[in-house]
Amino acid sequence: MKTQPATVFQTSMRFGLIGGGAAVLFSLVGMVEVFGQRTIIGGVVSMGQAFVAIAMLLSAYAAARQLSSVSSSAMLTAGGLTGVTVGALLAALVLLGTSINIRDVFVSASPPLFELLSFGQSPVPGMLLLLVAGMTMGLAAAALLFLSPAMRSTAISVLLAVGVVGLLADLLRIIISQWAYVAPLVEWVFSGKGLSVPGALAIAAVVIGLDVLANRRRNKAHNLAALPATALQKRMRTGALMALLLVLPLLLGTYVSEVLDQVGLYVLMGLGLNVVVGFAGLLDLGYVGFFAIGAYVMGMLTSPELGLASLSWWSALPIAVGVTVLAGMLLGVPVLNMRGDYLAIVTLGFGEIIRLLALSDALRPWTGGSQGIQLIAKPVVGTVVLDDQLKLYYLILAGCLLAGFISSRLRDSRLGRAWMAMREDEDVAQAIGINLVATKLLAFSVGAAFGGLSGAIFAAKLGAIYPNSFGLLISINVLALLIIGGMGSIRGVIVGALVLVGLPELLREFAEFRLLVYGALLVMMMLYRPQGLWPEEARKLEAHGDGDNSNGDQTAAIPA
Amino acid sequence: MSILVLENIHTYYGEIHALRGVSLSVEEGEIVTLIGGNGAGKSTTLNTISGLLQPRRGSIRLYNEDLSNFKAHEIVAKGVVQVPEGRRVFGRLTVAENLEMGAFTRPLRSEIAQSLEQVFTLFPRLKEREGQLAGTLSGGEQQMLAMGRALMAKPKVLLLDEPSMGLAPVLVDSIFDTIRKLHALGTTILLVEQNARMALQVADRGYVLQTGEIILTDKAAALRENESVQKAYLGVL
Ligand SMILES: Nc1ncnc2c1ncn2[C@@H]1O[C@H](COP(=O)(O)OP(=O)(O)OP(=O)(O)O)[C@@H](O)[C@H]1O
Ligand SMILES: [Mg+2]
Repeated sequence: MKTQPATVFQTSMRFGLIGGGAAVLFSLVGMVEVFGQRTIIGGVVSMGQAFVAIAMLLSAYAAARQLSSVSSSAMLTAGGLTGVTVGALLAALVLLGTSINIRDVFVSASPPLFELLSFGQSPVPGMLLLLVAGMTMGLAAAALLFLSPAMRSTAISVLLAVGVVGLLADLLRIIISQWAYVAPLVEWVFSGKGLSVPGALAIAAVVIGLDVLANRRRNKAHNLAALPATALQKRMRTGALMALLLVLPLLLGTYVSEVLDQVGLYVLMGLGLNVVVGFAGLLDLGYVGFFAIGAYVMGMLTSPELGLASLSWWSALPIAVGVTVLAGMLLGVPVLNMRGDYLAIVTLGFGEIIRLLALSDALRPWTGGSQGIQLIAKPVVGTVVLDDQLKLYYLILAGCLLAGFISSRLRDSRLGRAWMAMREDEDVAQAIGINLVATKLLAFSVGAAFGGLSGAIFAAKLGAIYPNSFGLLISINVLALLIIGGMGSIRGVIVGALVLVGLPELLREFAEFRLLVYGALLVMMMLYRPQGLWPEEARKLEAHGDGDNSNGDQTAAIPA
Repeated sequence: MSILVLENIHTYYGEIHALRGVSLSVEEGEIVTLIGGNGAGKSTTLNTISGLLQPRRGSIRLYNEDLSNFKAHEIVAKGVVQVPEGRRVFGRLTVAENLEMGAFTRPLRSEIAQSLEQVFTLFPRLKEREGQLAGTLSGGEQQMLAMGRALMAKPKVLLLDEPSMGLAPVLVDSIFDTIRKLHALGTTILLVEQNARMALQVADRGYVLQTGEIILTDKAAALRENESVQKAYLGVL
């Protein structure tokens, strides 16, 4: 049912305008300029330029791919034309910005931005360069389509690897200089705030080498009729992963440990919300409430400052988690008969109520009001006080492993099936004999327990908590990481947390644009990958394998 | 012996008095049909039996046990299983998973496998489409799946709510064929239908429901001959 292929010109215009529009937008909100301060390859490419290049490459690639059924010359033309269009839009921005003052409206339309966009030249040659760059990038993107799939994936891997390493150069530099044997390499691989040219080439060579090896192995495995991994192999893989998780913070140093801690706390919350939303289908927008309760109960029970009690962290933990579970049930009861949007609104209110209670003056003797709670106890294991990022990492890791294990067992249990049925259709779930009340309350309780645990660790980690650490944004973040990773997918939670929490921490300049990027990312996910980055295996296979059948059937059903 | 007995059931939706003293009984191995026009209260009757709605007055007994103190899911476990109106399948689960879900209340794996065999013999189409997502099945197949899923619970009484709704004539025939087969296997069925002609052909007895009241009951054959039934529900002028 394909329509007539759109003409080369139309396609190029469409993708060019989309890509160019995006590039102009990113420039005007200041992302390009902020990123321009990071270099990828010293003296050659800055991240801001890479950003523009990516807009050109992606839109040209998409345009050329759309025409791949027409002819190769059409693909090349479209690629080039699309790239030029992106370049032209940016050139127009430069023209506009350098000839009249638009800074009153667009604060970020500053001279450094235009200098960056025009490659440090004066406006006119800069604009020409933009057009040439667009053309080159566009042709290069279209050319990618002529490569064999294996070569294309190698090329993309090289670009990604150089980009990521260059981006994280600052950090990697510090990390690598701690490793005795490779430390001398640092000066050679990095230059200034980015990679050196030989460094970039070396990385490209390594990636190509690895890719060739991997391909060769894959072909071999193919000939051997790709056996499924044996139990031993699986166990070895798990063992290796565990070992890696254990040494990771030691290799990567304090700053990355701190980031990993935050990712871990979000993984814990993600696993909890995943039970509620992913497994049971109950849209909870007030999840931060449980995180807050866990943290506050921990604070109240261990901080000598309030004078309520000064338990140790470990003896307060079961109480903190227990109270959170109770809160989960209390929230569950009034919403038993609510669905979809109503449930979302009420839970949203729940999260805010918890925060406001913590803030309220009436409860100040217990919660510390706006001053919060300080001097919260640190967990002690044996004689070791877990008081820094590195030691807490292991506590958080243990919590995540426990929660992951419980989640996966629950998912495959009878209760897990009841959740799944309820998520799909509450009425039918009831008709096949599922106790909706118990099933819902259990979902809220398990979800609350993980959130409470996360909060209790969070309180100990910071040693002090304030009501404003528990805003709506946390609920949104956790929900967004579920969507990014894949609703209902346990491993997706980890991917989602790494992408949404880990990456922005590593790219600090990014922080300002976090919400913008979340928004863009979520829209793109909904459009192109609604199942998430790493969904559960089974679902993926079915959705994939049944494409043909479904079409056949829908047409068959029409006369009925 | 009567398996299921309703006595003077009154069900309300808030102030709306939807069932006004419905009494009926279903004997072991029988097909009983409940016919009536739109809004007569047929679905309400089934939902009251299966515990989704609570009657304000009257009693429902299964094998002489009062069901009024049991929740919907407990009633399923007792063997009263409803196929809800409108082909409600778990669209994002496969056919096999849907069927497996149907056996939720049953503990024994071996017995479940046996039921699965039976369902597949009854609906060979479902066997062919075992791995397909239920949401992509055709309307008729979805109805089969909904019925198969209910059978997986090994019902003592099967409550069918308009299984032929919205299906092409060929499919309607095949659904009623299946109902006949179930009857031959000894399944007890309470069948709600707007398609009174077909329903009275497969049923042993029938009840006619009008605005929440049973206005007529008889052997199905006799109802087919009844003049007012013919006029109101069989389209005979
Ligand atoms: N949830 C509800 N709230 C209020 N009134 C309801 C509700 N459900 C049904 N009713 C009313 O109860 C009466 C009986 O409805 P019921 O659904 O039992 O009819 P029915 O015989 O199954 O009709 P149909 O053949 O159209 O399915 C109708 O007047 C209907 O408007
Ligand atoms: Mg009805």
